Amino acid sequence: MNKISAVFIVLILMCAGAFAQKASKQSIEKGKLVYEQYCLTCHQVDGSGVPNLNPPLIKTSFVLGDKKKIIGIVLKGLNDVEVNGETYSNPMPPFDFMSDEEIADVLTYVRNSFTNKGTAVTAAEVKANR
Amino acid sequence: MKTSYKAAALVLFGFGLASFTHSDSPYSKSDEAIKLPAGFKAQIVAENLGTARHITVTPQGNIYIKLSKLKDGKGIVMLQDKNNDGKIESQKTFGNFIGTGIYAKDNYLYASSDDDVYRYKLNDQGEVINMNQPEKIISGLINRRQHESKSIVLDDSGNIYVNIGAYSNACQEKDRTKGSKGMTPCPILDSAGGIWQFSASQLNQTYANGTRYATGLRNVVGLDWNTSLNKLFVMQHGRDQLFQLYPELYDAKQSAELPAETMYAVSKGDNCGWPYIYYDQLQKRKILAPEYGGDGKKTGGDDVIDPTVAFPGHMAPNGLLFYTGSMFPERYKNGAFIAFHGSWNRAPEKQKGYFVAFVPFKDGKPSGEWETFADNFAGTEDIQSPGQAKHRPCGLAQGPDGSLFVTDDAKGTIYKITYKAK
Repeated sequence: MNKISAVFIVLILMCAGAFAQKASKQSIEKGKLVYEQYCLTCHQVDGSGVPNLNPPLIKTSFVLGDKKKIIGIVLKGLNDVEVNGETYSNPMPPFDFMSDEEIADVLTYVRNSFTNKGTAVTAAEVKANR
Repeated sequence: MKTSYKAAALVLFGFGLASFTHSDSPYSKSDEAIKLPAGFKAQIVAENLGTARHITVTPQGNIYIKLSKLKDGKGIVMLQDKNNDGKIESQKTFGNFIGTGIYAKDNYLYASSDDDVYRYKLNDQGEVINMNQPEKIISGLINRRQHESKSIVLDDSGNIYVNIGAYSNACQEKDRTKGSKGMTPCPILDSAGGIWQFSASQLNQTYANGTRYATGLRNVVGLDWNTSLNKLFVMQHGRDQLFQLYPELYDAKQSAELPAETMYAVSKGDNCGWPYIYYDQLQKRKILAPEYGGDGKKTGGDDVIDPTVAFPGHMAPNGLLFYTGSMFPERYKNGAFIAFHGSWNRAPEKQKGYFVAFVPFKDGKPSGEWETFADNFAGTEDIQSPGQAKHRPCGLAQGPDGSLFVTDDAKGTIYKITYKAK
């Protein structure tokens, strides 16, 4: 028994190691639903945002850079941002009412959509930034 | 098949080249993409001017355009077409401030930044005398980035009207935040969310010198003084996100249609109702806003004026012009043209707008339904997000010959629409 559970734990650890950084299909699919509910109106179906009002989510350091930054924006909101030389004036409210998992899923979705390619965001990473 | 397509393309390309050389100017080319009623034609008189917002034309035919981002360090473009053939002979830029509002009246050119209003003296040719030294007539207007543009228009009695947009969507305690209540009374209305009246000739005015002429207007970009009625007309941008903030009361489809984008004829002291109510063009009623206890059905705003015209939601009316010219057919006289910048807040539904609409007027009132006048600025009917639109109509002006100018702030194209009876 002990041997089996040891193997099992090792397997789990290996899986965790292998998948911690890679976005799972499941997380992306759940994240898409969250995106449609809370993000799509402003950031648009293609992540292109709205000129002068709402910033794009495509290939910017905000989305693909340090994960802490994007997690912080979702949790605390954002006013007046400049992205790639363009300014955007609509304020973004905090979305801290969402669960760690929802935020992790939606950020994983955004980091792997609209031609973006990024690693997954985990619920633990979101929690650590609350 | 492939080869014949190629051949056809080459032939077309050849024609393109031929007509280009023939017209000897890259401008003044007709734009077949813009769809217009029979007899009307759209010409492109300028391109790539940048963020071309509002436009004004002097009686001498000089065209002035305000830019909301500096282009080569300047925020105003002047175009001259002295023989009025639609071809621009000279293009100058001046003014070191960004903004939206520009209006020429009685030998002055008025232009606004997002905080201040300036004026430039014009000579008898309608040209700015000193491009480097405008007079500041109004300063210190609220600019908190949201709804920051200060549109301007003058009446015939020496007054200038300035829109000061509300720096909020619906005056919630926390802007655009689900579950946040509306503030009562809405403190924004003291210094924004309305139209302020100032003297057009007094220098260095602040709020203290102005009068809140009309209140309860979330944000106005298109406005015009109707000279035949001696009255101010404004186009309000209605509030956003009914579904996103109140999914239990509205579905995504309702949220795309509601509330109406509204035209108001305003008199001094009028209240148009924001943030407490919005206008529902389907129920044809003023509805209590959900931030103030509304449920999508309860009415409100008994002391609030009704709109003159109600359009579908979120189309973003950025330009308004009452037509006083004689070039267009009789039914257009005294009617209203509205430039719709195009929506973003209708997602996930298809976006709407990106055209110039017309409302016929008779005896000071609309005499028919609104209609699409100039269409296809976006270049496609299927717009999912505003970034896909090729051009976005913004400002309107009437030329001395009765032609209609339309600006596009996506690419900086200036269109001149003319009419010739067949």
